[in-house]
Amino acid sequence: MTILSVRDMKTDIGQYAVLHGVTFDVPEGGVFVLLGRNGAGKTTTLRSIMGLWQPSPGSVHFQGQDISGRPTADIARLGIAYVPENMGIFGGLTVAENLILATAKGKFDQTRLRRIYDLFPALEQFWNKQAWSLSGGQKQMLAVARAIIEPRALILIDEPTKGLAPSIVAAMGEAFREIAQSTTILLVEQNFNFARSLGRDMAVIDDGRVVHCGTMADFAADTELQGQLLGLSV
Amino acid sequence: MKQTFGTLTVKTAMLVIFALLLFAPFLFQDIRALEVAARICIFIVLVASYDLLIGYTGIVSFAHTMFFGFGAYGSAIALKQMGPGWDAVALGTAAGVLVSLVVATAIGLVSLRVKAIFFAMITLAAASVVLVLASQLSQITGGEDGMTYRTPDLFKTATKLLVADDGKVVRWFGVKLNGKLAAYYFVFFTSLVLFLVMLRITVSPLGTVLKAIRENEARAEAIGYRVVAYRTFVFCLSAVVASLAGSIYALWLKYTGPDTALSFAIMIDILLMVVIGGMGTMWGAVIGAVLMVMAQYYLRDLMGAASEAVAGIPLLPELLAPDRWLFWLGIIFILLVYFFPKGIVGTLNTKGVRS
Amino acid sequence: MDKLSDTLGRFGGVNLLPLALAAVAFVLIGAPSSWVTLTIAGLSMGMMVFLMASGLSLVFGLMDVLNFGHSAFISFGAFVAASVLAALGGWLDGGPMLAAAALALALIAAIAFGLAAGLFFETVIIRPVYRDHLRQILITMGALIVSEQIILAVWGGTPITVPRPPFLEGAWIIGDVSIEIYRLFAFGLGAAVFVGLMVLLNRTRIGLLIRAGVENREMVEALGFKIDRLFIGVFMLGSALAALGGAMWAGYETLITPALGGEMMIVVFIVVIIGGLGSIEGTLLGAIIVGLTANYVGYLAPKLALASNMILMMTILMWRPSGLRPAVK
Repeated sequence: MTILSVRDMKTDIGQYAVLHGVTFDVPEGGVFVLLGRNGAGKTTTLRSIMGLWQPSPGSVHFQGQDISGRPTADIARLGIAYVPENMGIFGGLTVAENLILATAKGKFDQTRLRRIYDLFPALEQFWNKQAWSLSGGQKQMLAVARAIIEPRALILIDEPTKGLAPSIVAAMGEAFREIAQSTTILLVEQNFNFARSLGRDMAVIDDGRVVHCGTMADFAADTELQGQLLGLSV
Repeated sequence: MKQTFGTLTVKTAMLVIFALLLFAPFLFQDIRALEVAARICIFIVLVASYDLLIGYTGIVSFAHTMFFGFGAYGSAIALKQMGPGWDAVALGTAAGVLVSLVVATAIGLVSLRVKAIFFAMITLAAASVVLVLASQLSQITGGEDGMTYRTPDLFKTATKLLVADDGKVVRWFGVKLNGKLAAYYFVFFTSLVLFLVMLRITVSPLGTVLKAIRENEARAEAIGYRVVAYRTFVFCLSAVVASLAGSIYALWLKYTGPDTALSFAIMIDILLMVVIGGMGTMWGAVIGAVLMVMAQYYLRDLMGAASEAVAGIPLLPELLAPDRWLFWLGIIFILLVYFFPKGIVGTLNTKGVRS
Repeated sequence: MDKLSDTLGRFGGVNLLPLALAAVAFVLIGAPSSWVTLTIAGLSMGMMVFLMASGLSLVFGLMDVLNFGHSAFISFGAFVAASVLAALGGWLDGGPMLAAAALALALIAAIAFGLAAGLFFETVIIRPVYRDHLRQILITMGALIVSEQIILAVWGGTPITVPRPPFLEGAWIIGDVSIEIYRLFAFGLGAAVFVGLMVLLNRTRIGLLIRAGVENREMVEALGFKIDRLFIGVFMLGSALAALGGAMWAGYETLITPALGGEMMIVVFIVVIIGGLGSIEGTLLGAIIVGLTANYVGYLAPKLALASNMILMMTILMWRPSGLRPAVK
């Protein structure tokens, strides 16, 4: 079952065409990884899905509905969460305020909150601290927690491991595995080892187009293809 | 650029305006028309210098009248204190330019690094402080009443430029060759020179850099242009030209006061002119100044008639009263910014251009 | 030096500036009774300016929109309130209850007008030019011209006297210090609005959304909130506060002309630049500093009063280019 279907998505930013026709399908459940070099268009793809850039009409379907051209807020309400590359934390708000804002009704569901505490104990510890004072890893945890405080069908996560210490990356991987049991994750990642350990299906974007689609297992086995598409020298 | 209907229209209009202004004293032989023509000349320079700033760099200043005022008050104070000599004119003009340069540099360095909106606010604040100062320092500036003074003898209406055998002033085509005529041509030719200098600047490499900065500031910075330095330079340049225009106006009017040289109403006029004419074109300044100055002088008469025509209907007569002409201009201004942000000249220039 | 600024920071940092200002003024003025009068005048002026400036600052913080036509709300507030008070002239002399009712009605009328004008301004004037600063400045300027002309057409260009309820007239004399009652009232009202705004921003979900939106508009949308609706609300609130500030100022000046809005706008701009755009605390701080400076300098060197604010602004900008307490970005 496909949860998100992107068809020939073209996005212009200002006068520049960034995406020239991106096509891929995200199956329901598990982690789908989007790989690609810097500047290939991965972040633009996520932002276009979210409606933060305007993609070409008719190009994004979520659970069968056409969502391209709809306001970002509506797309979010349909059940897509977004964790941007800069994490999008509200620094002047406390951890608690950041989380309560992400709830639909302004009240916490205690079981979901418990689950977040289990995944990221640091958040419970710094519950009433202003978010700007958290470490980079803790901010990333908060950003992810914000995405799962409400039940969501799909979470878009943009380079969550960037600049994090290895131990935190490992913890983040654990958390993603746990989250992916109940939700689909569309993960943009530069860290190939991290992506390989999580992903089931994957696509590679280059120069605003999808140049490869397949399963992670096949891709991980084909070092020649990796070198060709990602410039990795293994 | 290829000749199109639009660019041809603009060029024709320019030639017609140039010819009308050049022969204005002979074509329109009444005092009021000559006033209008001189005011148009000066405002073309003033608006073009503002266009250098807003149109070529995209920054909005509300202090342009302030620089205009520095020039006008500089000349006026010098003429008042030193008497009507060319030395006073030179000294006053130079002083106005110097003050403008210093103030512009200070404002530019403090505020051009930050967002455009800060710059607009800070210039607005600076301009209003100067306005208040001008009315408070009444011993020097004449306060609210302003000051009248005599200008060099050449510009006196009684001065005879050419004397016929019978001792009377010579007439050409019915126009007396007197000081008033000399004054008008002084205004005309100094304005022309200033305008041509600015036109030359916009087609120079500097103009290209300025356009690059306006289109994409970050990129221009990345290529290695020092954006703040360029902006400050243009701000100073436009301030100096505005100041010179002020000095010329002071010589023409033989009166300088807050209403003619410093008030915020003039700033609004400049804004209207540059937007109506078209930002970033220089020629737009010409069209804008001509239309607005004509409107100022002649639209009021029209509105007076209209107001009487609708007497009895509530509020409409008040809104159509001659004093309310700014109301209608304001509405036209808003509509123009919405629908024709390029102004008359910009819109005409793109008309007929098909890629 | 670092140690000194650390210690200062612990005791409130830039919030101490008004106190420092008051202390310097105390020494310069010399006469304690004049100092008290001036300080109270400065604080009440600061509070009224705060009312006018807070909306401008919030709207800028949330939407990156600077409304040069903001002063129109101030003027309209002043003239609407003055008209209501004039129309209810009989109530003002009919005992404290009726007079208070007239005052309340005048202020409510100003607020209601501000709300309606704000709605109109946001949807018709500003909505089409979001994210385009140049056109924003020009359009709001155009709107200001039109608004001023409407005021001139409706109320005329001659000064209008604003009647005050008798219970706000006069002054309390304590020792040799005289305190104008209206100033205390203005101060109290401004303080109440400030507290109300702080509660709104810090204790309610809407406030949380506004604070989050000031920091990162996109993320608020990505969480599922329509920021445009929030923005209309904030814009209307800001306009209403400006109108209330204008109404209070009308009562303070008692003689108003259509130039009032333009004059106050300069002060408002200086306040938000000093305080830091986008933050309510910063706006209050800026307003108090400007109010105090205006009154102290007005007493010590009357000719410098307006220039003093300009000098103050320049100094603070050199020291902190984005104001004393800018919003977190």
